[in-house]
Amino acid sequence: MLRPRIIPCLLVRDKGLVKTVKFANEKYVGDPINAVRIFNEKEVDELIVLDIDATVKGVGPDMKMIERLAAECRMPLCYGGGIKTVEQARSIIGLGVEKVALSSAVLANPGLVADIAREIGRQSVVVVLDVKKKLFGGKYEVWTHNAKVNTHKNPIEFARQLEDLGAGEIVLNSIDNDGVMKGYDLGLVEKVRKATTIPMSVVGGAGSLQDLAGLIGKFGIIGAVAGSLFVFKGAYKAVLINYPSTAEKDKLIQEAYPC
Amino acid sequence: MIVIIDYGLGNILAFANTYKRLNVGVKVARKADDLTDATKLILPGVGAFDRAMDLFQQSGMRERTEELVLGQKVPVLGICVGMQILASASEEGVSPGLGWVQGTVRKFDVASLPHSTHLPHMGWNDVMPLRQTALFDQLQNDARFYFLHSYYFQCANQHDALAQAKYGDNFTCAVNHENVYGVQFHPEKSHHYGAQLLKNFADL
Repeated sequence: MLRPRIIPCLLVRDKGLVKTVKFANEKYVGDPINAVRIFNEKEVDELIVLDIDATVKGVGPDMKMIERLAAECRMPLCYGGGIKTVEQARSIIGLGVEKVALSSAVLANPGLVADIAREIGRQSVVVVLDVKKKLFGGKYEVWTHNAKVNTHKNPIEFARQLEDLGAGEIVLNSIDNDGVMKGYDLGLVEKVRKATTIPMSVVGGAGSLQDLAGLIGKFGIIGAVAGSLFVFKGAYKAVLINYPSTAEKDKLIQEAYPC
Repeated sequence: MIVIIDYGLGNILAFANTYKRLNVGVKVARKADDLTDATKLILPGVGAFDRAMDLFQQSGMRERTEELVLGQKVPVLGICVGMQILASASEEGVSPGLGWVQGTVRKFDVASLPHSTHLPHMGWNDVMPLRQTALFDQLQNDARFYFLHSYYFQCANQHDALAQAKYGDNFTCAVNHENVYGVQFHPEKSHHYGAQLLKNFADL
């Protein structure tokens, strides 16, 4: 059977790994290549690496760093950060990355999804939606530039549009829950899941393996993504890269999603 | 020497790195002359069927590869779209395939899926060999591989189906006809399961 995916998400800034809380208060957590080596040993399902500097600083993807990451990864790699053109996406796939993650460039020009899908195949086109709940009224909006720019787009409608344009996967990122480690926003996930049929991964809020199990139990085939959970240990958030063993993962999935 | 055919598609570095860890020598071919001393061939690929056929044709390596595979019976392993182009045709495109394994590449029927996530078929799935084969040595009982695709290989001759996986219905995820092998999944990104399969191919 096809298994739900359990995916660490790493954030890169100034060539180092960081972890944020609500997209701020970042903490340095180590070297990206070293983290990839540890995740290789732990046989993680996939890895997402997002360069959170590239778009904000207006620079393109760091191809040298991506090449080193891709060469090191023994698991499928999804890279995001600063991708604005078809040519950049094709180059990144050529370096041995399985999937490219787009965000601000697609919010500005949704047609880019179709252009890139035509070039590299829709299976490799991921769109990350950074979503925040409005203070009043409970509506959700998509933000970009590390939660500094509000696009005022509705993530549910936009996700449906992305599927029609040729996106292969949506990564739904909750800004409000980032780094808080109190669980995913399941209500938001449900709305986007009902609007689309392409694979979806969810990030923002996972604080325990139980949170992953809750998401998998509710949605079955889904990507359960976590940052803090897989880089911190204990109440004082000591940096310790961790991930469930294959046996633990099988048990978690079997109990949450028996089939 | 195992030769990885680099016609512009697929994760060449990942194969090279896996074999490096296994202490197996490999070479990357970018033009026909590079294929000369090949004793095994790897044909990678990602993306669309027609684009893969076009690029392989344009690489200038197709003719020499066909001499090796069809004439000298050098073992070849196609991966993902590199496996799909082994077929005669694909519903995804209009170009004829290589036709080294008789069959047609078809799109998944999403009506058979019990869940709300449809295509692409993305993630780790169990692979069940359909017959004893050295390619799946030590992978007969617990083999899981990473998949990322929306089309699958339907063999014209059922005997050419080497392994299957389940996505809604069972589908063929590995093929073999004489010295021609193909796998739909990505062994280069499937941890120790994938390394074992690539080692098995080297040992054939």
